[in-house]
Amino acid sequence: MPFSIGTIIWREIWQRKSRLVSGLMAIALGIAVITGIQTVTTVSRQVVAEKLDLLGANILVLPQAASLDDYYSADIDAPTFPEDYVERVATSMLPGVDNMSPKLSRRVKIGTESIILTGILPVNELASKPIWQASGLMAAELDLACATATAAGAPAAATTPIDPAKKRPVIDSLAAAEAWVGSVAAQRLGLTAGQVVTVEGEPFTVTHILPETGTIDDSRVFVHLHTAQRVLGTGTQISAIEIMGCCSAISDGLLAKLRNILPDTRITTISHIVNTQIETNRLMAKVSVIMLVIIVLVGAISIGNYMWANVEERRREMGTLITIGFKKRHIYRLFFVKSLVLGVIGGASGYLLGTGAALILGPQLAGLQVSPVFSLFVWSLVVAVGIAVVGSWYPTYRAARMDPALIMQEQ
Amino acid sequence: MFVLDNLTKIYHHRSEPVYALDSVRLTIPRGSFLAVTGGSGSGKTTLLLMLGGLIRPTSGTVTFKGSDLFSLTPAQLAEYRNRAIGFVLQTFNLVPYLTALENVMVPMLLNGTAAADRRNRAEALLKQLSLDRRMDFFPRELSIGQQQRVAIARALANDPEVILADEPTGNLDPSLSVEILDILEALNREDGHTVVMVTHNPQAARRAQTVLQLSAGRIISEKAVAPTGTAAASEGSRGVDKSN
Ligand SMILES: Nc1ncnc2c1ncn2[C@@H]1O[C@H](COP(=O)(O)OP(=O)(O)OP(=O)(O)O)[C@@H](O)[C@H]1O
Ligand SMILES: [Mg+2]
Repeated sequence: MPFSIGTIIWREIWQRKSRLVSGLMAIALGIAVITGIQTVTTVSRQVVAEKLDLLGANILVLPQAASLDDYYSADIDAPTFPEDYVERVATSMLPGVDNMSPKLSRRVKIGTESIILTGILPVNELASKPIWQASGLMAAELDLACATATAAGAPAAATTPIDPAKKRPVIDSLAAAEAWVGSVAAQRLGLTAGQVVTVEGEPFTVTHILPETGTIDDSRVFVHLHTAQRVLGTGTQISAIEIMGCCSAISDGLLAKLRNILPDTRITTISHIVNTQIETNRLMAKVSVIMLVIIVLVGAISIGNYMWANVEERRREMGTLITIGFKKRHIYRLFFVKSLVLGVIGGASGYLLGTGAALILGPQLAGLQVSPVFSLFVWSLVVAVGIAVVGSWYPTYRAARMDPALIMQEQ
Repeated sequence: MFVLDNLTKIYHHRSEPVYALDSVRLTIPRGSFLAVTGGSGSGKTTLLLMLGGLIRPTSGTVTFKGSDLFSLTPAQLAEYRNRAIGFVLQTFNLVPYLTALENVMVPMLLNGTAAADRRNRAEALLKQLSLDRRMDFFPRELSIGQQQRVAIARALANDPEVILADEPTGNLDPSLSVEILDILEALNREDGHTVVMVTHNPQAARRAQTVLQLSAGRIISEKAVAPTGTAAASEGSRGVDKSN
């Protein structure tokens, strides 16, 4: 490498290693903390998004008095509403309602285990609207439904991003004494296909063990809706209708139209269902912002302190360079390239550190399988360089306007 | 080369004015060797830095080759320092993390010398100052005398017309002082550089052609040095307070 002003800057940086290391540590640790938090948050967001996909339905119709907890816990006294609400929606022929699944869920005792029994209508009984034939239990292809609506003509199967093994199973027919059992429930109850399980005193033949989906469905036992209504003694009541609505239709006011048709129900989009998780993520994001502010301050101050000491230490050197003919802009360049290098090295190592910590701690603390978020790398560099530049601004200004005469006379 | 007219520099110390230079009138001809002497605080360094465009006068002018130095912009002054001036200072002020060779190349980075020429010229200068076997040494690995020679080589890098030296032998023992003075003298005699040297040492001052004495910012005498090497009064002498 030919000798240049760059060489001077580079040599100077490595000249005072211990100072450099402490300056770098300030930036790197700060960036590491943010990167760590952001990585976990990003991954947790992805998990939520995946859960949304797996959950399938993006609109949920619940009884007015029901809470989302009721929907999940399906306790004995969870409120219900009449089954013919399904018919009301079906006959209204609302555009954007791709399919519907009425459900009745109740927590029951099977043997010693407390299991949620869910009554559903199989596809063949929902066939009044042809489009519903795509799926029965609950179509998993949330994205697919939206993709077909937005990118008309594209082969639906090709657009689905969901691992086929994780798709919610399609139950096309279900006899009155038949039960489909989620994988987790099967394990807990020790059931295999072909066995008979007794629910509320009635025997059901287990015809299928459903493949694992990673959703609440895994720990449920599914029977025909009308059978469920009979054994649970609820009459023609259901606890929820899951609706697969098309994304664009939802934003076009599908919810309001549904509320018109079903005035005494609670209609919510899926985003509300995972609200708590989203809230947590938001909280993390907020913490991130606060951390960011603190880190920017601490980082800028420590870099400023470092650069300041550097200016003081380098007064004579600076004087020498000025006598040799360095201009202000050369001095500025010296310091800003230096802060750039500090920022890049600090940002990059901070990113690596933070990502490493997230990879190790993520599974332990948040129970998440964390993978690196590469966009954070660019972000880390930008923030770190910003911190370094802000921190060195004043010291650099001082250095450039230093009276060379004073330096000469300090000899 | 330089014409100083009514040059005054006033510092303010606790709102008391301090006259670092007081109405200095002086002509420094091209190719001359001027020694500036005087007691501590008499304004020697101030004068030298002003010639180098590093300190602005409070009033008066410095004319370099017919043009007013302080009407130049700061950037132009920096270029002037880079091209026309070579500084040699008491503490050498080498950049500690650059080798001897690199220190000599620094001034050439700024004036557009081609990379290959930079190296060649720096090597030639160091060779000229008998440092050919110390090119890759860092300042801390060099003796004091060697460091000062590197500083001189650096001052010569852009072949300046003027060498401004502030106590260049101040930190050196007598034999090294002689060595450095020989070099400065040769630069003046043989290569035609104009040399202005601040010194406390009368021996050193005698190597110059003219010796200027300052007291409290004023020139109190200006004497030509007799060819025999002893200072003698000349027409230029102002004959004021010679005892200072
Ligand atoms: N920045 C400053 N502020 C106030 N006074 C100053 C400043 N710089 C120099 N002076 C004063 O100006 C006068 C001349 O200083 P200068 O450095 O030129 O002296 P000098 O002849 O070089 O002395 P020395 O032989 O000790 O180096 C001194 O009285 C000094 O105190
Ligand atoms: Mg001085």
